[in-house]
Amino acid sequence: MSKRLTDIICPFCGTLCDDIEVEVSDDGKQILEVYNSCAIGSEKFLHAQSPDRITRPRMKQEDGSWKETTYEEAAKYTAKILCDAKKPLMYGWSSTSCEAQSTGHMIAEQVGGVLDNTATVCHGSTLIAMQDVGIPSCTLGEVKNRADRIIFWGCNPAHAHPRHMSRYSIYSRGYFTGKGSKSRKIIVVDPRPTDSASLADEYIQVEQGRDYELLSALRAALRGAQLPDKVSGVTKEKIYEIVDILKGGRFVVIFFGMGVTHSLGKNHNIDMAIALTADLNNYTKASIIAMRGHYNVTGSGQVLGWQFGFPFCVDLSRGFARYNPGETSSNDLLMRGEVDGCLVVGSDPGSHFPIASVKKIHDIPTVCIDPHTTPTTAVSTCHVPVAIVGIEVGGSCYRMDNVPIESRKVVDPPAGMLTDAEFLGLVLKEVNHIKGVAE
Amino acid sequence: MESGKEKEDYMKSCGIIELDQADIDKLGILKNTNVCVSSKFNRVVVKAILATQGPHPGLGWIPMGPWANMLVDNNTYSTGTPTFKGTPVTVEPAEDEKVLSSIDLVLKACMEE
Repeated sequence: MSKRLTDIICPFCGTLCDDIEVEVSDDGKQILEVYNSCAIGSEKFLHAQSPDRITRPRMKQEDGSWKETTYEEAAKYTAKILCDAKKPLMYGWSSTSCEAQSTGHMIAEQVGGVLDNTATVCHGSTLIAMQDVGIPSCTLGEVKNRADRIIFWGCNPAHAHPRHMSRYSIYSRGYFTGKGSKSRKIIVVDPRPTDSASLADEYIQVEQGRDYELLSALRAALRGAQLPDKVSGVTKEKIYEIVDILKGGRFVVIFFGMGVTHSLGKNHNIDMAIALTADLNNYTKASIIAMRGHYNVTGSGQVLGWQFGFPFCVDLSRGFARYNPGETSSNDLLMRGEVDGCLVVGSDPGSHFPIASVKKIHDIPTVCIDPHTTPTTAVSTCHVPVAIVGIEVGGSCYRMDNVPIESRKVVDPPAGMLTDAEFLGLVLKEVNHIKGVAE
Repeated sequence: MESGKEKEDYMKSCGIIELDQADIDKLGILKNTNVCVSSKFNRVVVKAILATQGPHPGLGWIPMGPWANMLVDNNTYSTGTPTFKGTPVTVEPAEDEKVLSSIDLVLKACMEE
């Protein structure tokens, strides 16, 4: 007889859905079916059962083949490369729990490492903009209950955050939004008419890389200024129309994604989007929220923030925390050849960094802590598979609106596998031993 | 993405470039054939397919992944974030060349030089 577990947290995207139901076998060892989740979330739960899963640490041999080792040996190796390195990079942290992040940060303090999370190739520009101009924001609960004007700018939730629209932003029926999608006007701004655009009341096809100009034009139009006939490929009539729609709303929320953070202008695009939000508050209520990708990238920023004062790119190599994106950021450090040892936790820079940076990771001793086989594990010298947070072990995570949610264990990990917090604990013990620090 | 990045499905989903029919005609390539995409930083072989979320004239779209990251500008302009979007590229027919799997692609690129 199978059991149905309810109120499970999905450890995939920053929406961190908390209404997942999972059917497990009677002995609690196998996931049989996943309910309520999106296709990607289901796949993550079911892939945990994959028969070809790697369950023991492995070291790369000189001929490129892998040799199985123990967690203890892998921890010794990891501690050694981190202690031997002058500037070890400890990257990732977005697909693991806040508890594991905290243990990793203790290691970084001992070895003088650079701590950077996946925001560095994602919403790093957003974090810089927030430090520059502040951010008027709210929680997704407020979006659900109050927002009647939603803008998706440079993001495609239909593919990247599939349940965001039904739980919070388009279809959900809240206290003041009882008619669901009928009580909201949806605007999508994107160079591609995405599947999210097909759900919108208004679609604006902005020229690629011209977001700053269009955001400025919206601000100018909001103040009643005259516009040229076209801005960023959009007619002035359309811009005035959009401004009227926004001004007519009771609560405007702008969601934005990689379309603005990755295009030229970067943090300045976000500055302008935040400034537009602030301006809108002269007419109605407005907030802005970043569509964070990994389920706990927000948590990594939070933990780094309360421990060191900065949300990413934290350099501890001088014995105190320094933060200077462009200098202490992973890709810049790698490209300048400053990194001489690397630890990757719950992330895949092998796929998501420009290839020139991946080559640098390949050329130095690198340990990758990840349950899955990825291009990063392929370029690493040691791969440490661990239990999957949110499926095989619980832990704290932060949703994209900075709301902490405790993820839950659903099934046991394969026999003998450690969690990443446990493995990092072993590494910390070894590092303390090498450094002669009393426990 | 969550079914295993070493698997063929990942290559089929991300080792592609989506183009408008008009651009495919202009480039002298055939849809569903392999093409070589090159930028000033590197080159990569991917499969050209008709835009699934289009039209977007003049714009090619390669999903986030190692194939796209062969081509992008690694300059972060002091933000920490490489310039992943808006890379000018050339697309040429490469019907005889193979699209490499994620791991083969990355390992081959790392072994070069």
